[in-house]
Amino acid sequence: MTYIGIIITFVFINNFILTQFLGLCPFIGVSKNVESAVGMGFAVTFVMSIAALATWAIQNFILVPLNIEFLQTITFILMIAALVQFVEMFIQKSSPSLYKALGIYLPLITTNCAVLGIALIAVRSNYNAIESFVAGIAAGLGFLLAILLMSTIREKLDAEWIPAPLRGTPIAFITGGLMALAFMAFDKTLLNNLIG
Amino acid sequence: MLKDFTKGFVKENPVFVLALGLCPALGVTSKVVNALGMGAGVIFVLLGSNIFVSVLKNFIPEKVRIPAYIVIIASFVTIVEMVMEAFVPALFESLGVFVPLIVVNCVILGRAEAFANKNSVKSSILDALGMGIGFTFALLIIAFIREVLGSGTISLIPIGTWDGIVSIPGLSKSPARVFSLAAGALLVMGYLKALFNWAELKKAGAKK
Repeated sequence: MTYIGIIITFVFINNFILTQFLGLCPFIGVSKNVESAVGMGFAVTFVMSIAALATWAIQNFILVPLNIEFLQTITFILMIAALVQFVEMFIQKSSPSLYKALGIYLPLITTNCAVLGIALIAVRSNYNAIESFVAGIAAGLGFLLAILLMSTIREKLDAEWIPAPLRGTPIAFITGGLMALAFMAFDKTLLNNLIG
Repeated sequence: MLKDFTKGFVKENPVFVLALGLCPALGVTSKVVNALGMGAGVIFVLLGSNIFVSVLKNFIPEKVRIPAYIVIIASFVTIVEMVMEAFVPALFESLGVFVPLIVVNCVILGRAEAFANKNSVKSSILDALGMGIGFTFALLIIAFIREVLGSGTISLIPIGTWDGIVSIPGLSKSPARVFSLAAGALLVMGYLKALFNWAELKKAGAKK
């Protein structure tokens, strides 16, 4: 598949949140205002792209040559946890203001299913190093797009009257459902028509 | 003691009340049988991790406890993966990427951190069973609604020559397909959560 194909697939057709249900916890939890949603979106994109590349290297240089693919889950999650820790320390040193903005979200990324998800999906799709990296960025951008749209809608919703039982997460889920309905317009046929 | 077991069913239901483990709750619930398989996997991992965390709570240094929990959880997830692939390959195939993703199911890490590292082994076992059953129960409700409305069938475990699929006359010919797709999952989840909130509000109102 071409790189453009991968990007369109992961941003629109297989949007991680709206069609694959990966990364729902931050999508519902951190989408109350636009600023933190964008911060979370960029942090996730960053970690996902590096994680996809790093797990590709582990898979092809360690697990496959040693014939220990059954350790995939353990090694991948440890790799991601270490990576998140490293990114956290790096940002803390290099840009304290960004660290302050992202601070609380960074540790949460370890348990974001989207990160482990892209690592596993990239391996299962037999992507090469660059394709994995591109898929990581694209899936992260898809996450960013969804959480940005969601937070914008939720800021508007704050000004509206909502029946008491629906306030908070229920209305967020229903909004997400309607967004997913709209995203159904993007499908495989669209991709084939676009790039042939 | 009994409370440790029953609190996960409704009062602290991990999916509807605590809003943990949402990804698998929506990702695997287009069929009832998938929800059952996922529930069984989560109960096993939760039980194993709660026991280990509770036994080792005095040996794991405070600072590295989260990575230690993750290794414990990932080990049990690997066992589940291998057992599922060997004995129920069809289920393993249809759950797909969600089996290894049990490792990042917040319910499991959440219970390790919030309960098992402070309580006795016995309470931790009861907590794991209660929370696991509550999680499975939530998945089954979502899957039941989605499958009945979305495909007009209820797929259960195949026994012998019976393929385990009950089709509902009328509905199976012209189902509301949207419920088995992503959008339906989010909508069903939203309305179920609203129902829980409504019950909670009503109870609070009655107390006043």
